[in-house]
Amino acid sequence: MELRKGIAVSPGIAIARAMVIDSKDYRIPRRSIMTSQRAGEIKRVRRAFADAIRELDQIQTAKRIEEGSIRDIFAVHMRFLRDKRFLKRITDYIEKEMVTAEYAVSTILREIASHFEKVDDVYISERAADIYDIERRLLTHLLGKVAEEVEHLREEVVIVAHDLAPTQTASFNKTFVKGFATERGGRTSHTAIIARSLGIPAIVALEGLMSCVTAQSTVIIDGNRGLVVIDPDEATLEEYRTYARRFTEFEHELDGFRDIPAVTRDGVPITLLGNVEFPDEAEVVLQKGGQGIGLYRTEFLYLYGGSEPTEDDHYHAYSEVARLMNGKPIVIRTMDLGADKVPHTTRHPQEANPVLGLRSIRYCLQNLPLFKTQLRAILRASTLGDVRVMFPLITTMQELRQAKMILRDVMEDLDEYGVPYNAQMPVGIMIETPSSALTAGLLALESDFFSIGTNDLIQYTLAVDRGNEHVSTMYSGAEPAVLYLIRSVIHDASKAGIGLSICGEMASEPEFVMLLLGMGVRTLSMAPPLIPEVKKIVCSVTIEECNLLARKVATMDSQRQIKNLLRDAASRILPVEY
Amino acid sequence: MSEPVVEIEVEIQNEEGLHLRPAVQFVDIASRFRSAITVSHGSVQADAKSVMEMTLLAAACGSRLKIRAVGPDAHEAIAALGELVAKNFHSVPQSADARKKG
Repeated sequence: MELRKGIAVSPGIAIARAMVIDSKDYRIPRRSIMTSQRAGEIKRVRRAFADAIRELDQIQTAKRIEEGSIRDIFAVHMRFLRDKRFLKRITDYIEKEMVTAEYAVSTILREIASHFEKVDDVYISERAADIYDIERRLLTHLLGKVAEEVEHLREEVVIVAHDLAPTQTASFNKTFVKGFATERGGRTSHTAIIARSLGIPAIVALEGLMSCVTAQSTVIIDGNRGLVVIDPDEATLEEYRTYARRFTEFEHELDGFRDIPAVTRDGVPITLLGNVEFPDEAEVVLQKGGQGIGLYRTEFLYLYGGSEPTEDDHYHAYSEVARLMNGKPIVIRTMDLGADKVPHTTRHPQEANPVLGLRSIRYCLQNLPLFKTQLRAILRASTLGDVRVMFPLITTMQELRQAKMILRDVMEDLDEYGVPYNAQMPVGIMIETPSSALTAGLLALESDFFSIGTNDLIQYTLAVDRGNEHVSTMYSGAEPAVLYLIRSVIHDASKAGIGLSICGEMASEPEFVMLLLGMGVRTLSMAPPLIPEVKKIVCSVTIEECNLLARKVATMDSQRQIKNLLRDAASRILPVEY
Repeated sequence: MSEPVVEIEVEIQNEEGLHLRPAVQFVDIASRFRSAITVSHGSVQADAKSVMEMTLLAAACGSRLKIRAVGPDAHEAIAALGELVAKNFHSVPQSADARKKG
């Protein structure tokens, strides 16, 4: 039994056989097999050889290869593929070492190549490249068969991979794929997004995962805690089966909350919204009983596809979401990337400290054509529903004024061409820097609403990078400094009479929901699958007890003390397992 | 009646050594014969019909190889392989050019 901890990006529990997807562009890790699987793996190698030979034959007959050196390369590949001693060396290796076909092919070919590399003769040492070529050819066939297998699954599996590309996940038979675990990726990676839209658990950033999963391992993916258990023992398996059953029951119970309004026991209505990135996630918001979209991230438009998105690319995405939401509010956040992440630009030199660099609204204000393209599309979409725009990472009043001035410019352009838009479209800002939190009273005079982005606010307030393992334990929303800022922003927004929501992860963490309500928050925006759970909390509490909790927290001076108090309060409402 | 055993020693003289393309030629010719043919380079021995083993001999230009054939057509096999090595694997023009330039 092995345990790996990663970042949970989609909740739920999955227990199934592992379907390992290796990549020919990545070093294949050693993966053991059982005695009973040896014959199967040897058969796979033989089939890969036969397929590769057939492929070479086809290429050679399809086009007459005139170029002598290419003909030579093909001849070499062919002789290797037909070399019985070569094949035997690979199958013997599987037999003796009990490893997968992929690993045996990769190991033997690299052995041969390294033999060449050591020879002190350029003519010979350069030939190692030809051997790597043969390795790739064989792996392509082996992995191709695996890809076909995933398309035609007949039993439930969890997918284990170094990384998953959109082209790979597109062909999966999703009825049988019960979860994802990958070595790479983050909260907004493709794997995470697909898993959330399918409603299956996923964990990413699992270092060393590929080398500890054996072919046919049973794997538990605990998407609630970010844990992967490989080859669990009987006791763990039983424990997780019970946990999974209770979790499913809990989810069913939560489904019951979908159609009831989010109102506290003492009658105060709370607005629960979804954070989305892709148009199809808007559907999940509705399925889960969300009342609108509190944060529509638009970065995917810039990160997928080969070129900068056109106004129509933006418009199509926005109008699709507007159509789905059918009059419910949609807050579109303008582009929130750093210069280091904008793929279509080469103009900006590398930054020593990108988190404090040219990112988000700052980047937009320096790249007006890109910014105006997006604003035009948002304005055009504003006639299709309750569409609002939100500027991220506002740090100063001057930035807000500049952004609004550009918005007015774009409106004038549209007027000139007679393009309709909603001139009253609400314009809000994200409060995610200490600077904007401290000057919220001023910013509120020129904003229609605030949304507190707690993730960045915590990072900038505490000067902690949550991705840095040496300091990540210091990252906490329960720090008095963070709570002080949030409290003051809530106060300033309410004094100015403008809307306020929380859209960071705090909004959906069970222990913070009561506190935020007690601090005066009435709108929370979160990952769509979490809406029912938060609604259950809302429906189980009274504002009075939330207020009491918030007052008690305000007197405390340590993160630990606060966290314990909040946990106790939450555990009275939610099952202990959660 | 015991089978004929024939052995010769050759020196690899083409610039590329006994590497992929020449090895392919060597294996192709060896495979035409029924005899078991082995090639040794120092302490390393290879089956002359396996391109993998032949390339692993890592016989660079100037290497001395021992070719040994055992079987009914051993004489013919050694004659054919000996000729291939003697004629520098019918060196392709490009390596001839390369030599001229050098």
